[in-house]
Amino acid sequence: MDKDGAAAHNARMPSLPALPPEPRPELRPDLGPAVLSTTASAPCRPASLRALFVAFTWLALQGFGGVLAVVQRELVERKQWLTHEEFVEDWAVAQVLPGPNVVNLALMFGGRLFGLRGALTALAGLLAAPLVVVVLLALLHNRFAAYPAVEGALRGMAAVSAGLIGATGLKMSVALANNPVPLGWCVAIAVAGFVLVALLHVPLLYVMAVLGGLGCVLAWRRLRA
Amino acid sequence: MTVPLTTVPMIVLAWHDWLNLFSHFLLLSLMSVGGAISTTSEMHRFLVEQHHWLTQAQFNDSIAIAQAAPGPNVLFVALMGWNVGMNAGSPLAAAFGVAVTMCGILIPSTFLTYFASQWGHRNRHLRVVRAFKQGMAPLVIALLMATAWILASAGGRGAADWRLWLVSLASCLVIWRTRLHLLWVLGAGALLGALQLL
Repeated sequence: MDKDGAAAHNARMPSLPALPPEPRPELRPDLGPAVLSTTASAPCRPASLRALFVAFTWLALQGFGGVLAVVQRELVERKQWLTHEEFVEDWAVAQVLPGPNVVNLALMFGGRLFGLRGALTALAGLLAAPLVVVVLLALLHNRFAAYPAVEGALRGMAAVSAGLIGATGLKMSVALANNPVPLGWCVAIAVAGFVLVALLHVPLLYVMAVLGGLGCVLAWRRLRA
Repeated sequence: MTVPLTTVPMIVLAWHDWLNLFSHFLLLSLMSVGGAISTTSEMHRFLVEQHHWLTQAQFNDSIAIAQAAPGPNVLFVALMGWNVGMNAGSPLAAAFGVAVTMCGILIPSTFLTYFASQWGHRNRHLRVVRAFKQGMAPLVIALLMATAWILASAGGRGAADWRLWLVSLASCLVIWRTRLHLLWVLGAGALLGALQLL
């Protein structure tokens, strides 16, 4: 192929990153049984960018009090685009990287499927419609804030959304059963993390570095065997 | 106290003030490990205490409304930008404020997350990547429970809070163990609150 032909060929190349083909577990015996659980992937996926956008928009508009509980219920339980394990792993990465967790999750999920366009599509779905709604609500709040019923309703919804987030954490704890970190350590890390962040208000960065690092080292050691 | 729609500007923002606001949110984006909500104390210091671009009430209301509203809670940043712009005098400034704060809080972390996760996905069979993703799981779950706890304790009204705690606990159990749609539970909480039972 001459130089011009090569350039033309490259110009026609798709812009999506080429991901390696999914390795079949039986061809990688060195990786052990842990590989089977992490590469057991979800049965379904969105059919197109539009499906992704619509799904995330619909998801976000149901997310009163925060989208996490809805994301978990929709993507894992109803649509089955992610397994419990995949969701917890993705959420782990989304939490440890800077940025809003649900936004990070959307970027990662969309990016895996459709590259940069997928990431931005999922992001747009998550934010565009709710942004309009939230500004309208702020304008309404301006008008009606004096009514105690409005303040009361906001208070009630804030209390419920705290419960929603707690429930999501409890549901995701199912995934710990398959985790290479031994269960006793899982519980210890979880309890310590909760105490340090919720009760003692230790800066998140330090807690992540120490307890996250501990968990990673334990997982590393177990995965070797 | 809320800012009425037709407003005399409370603050004056020059172009370098907008730039300051934007760059501060760019910085906050990089520090927002665990979500934008983890940087709210710094936002408070910058917007309310240092520059007086936002009142305390507007700050609290932004977070509360964004939480109650559908969508990611990061939209409280948009409301803060909206309020800053409204304080500066016009709905146009408010829209600009939304753009400034949202772009600031999203752009750095979006780029970082996208490229880091693409790398992680391409290398997902490396032991170090698997160890990371699975090793973080216990802490991740703990942080979720911690967020739930912190939000549940934000009632801030002392003795009356036990009812709010009860609502939080009840909704947690209902969502965890039943398949009742989330909106019903939220509606119930809103109704109880509106009827002044909380």
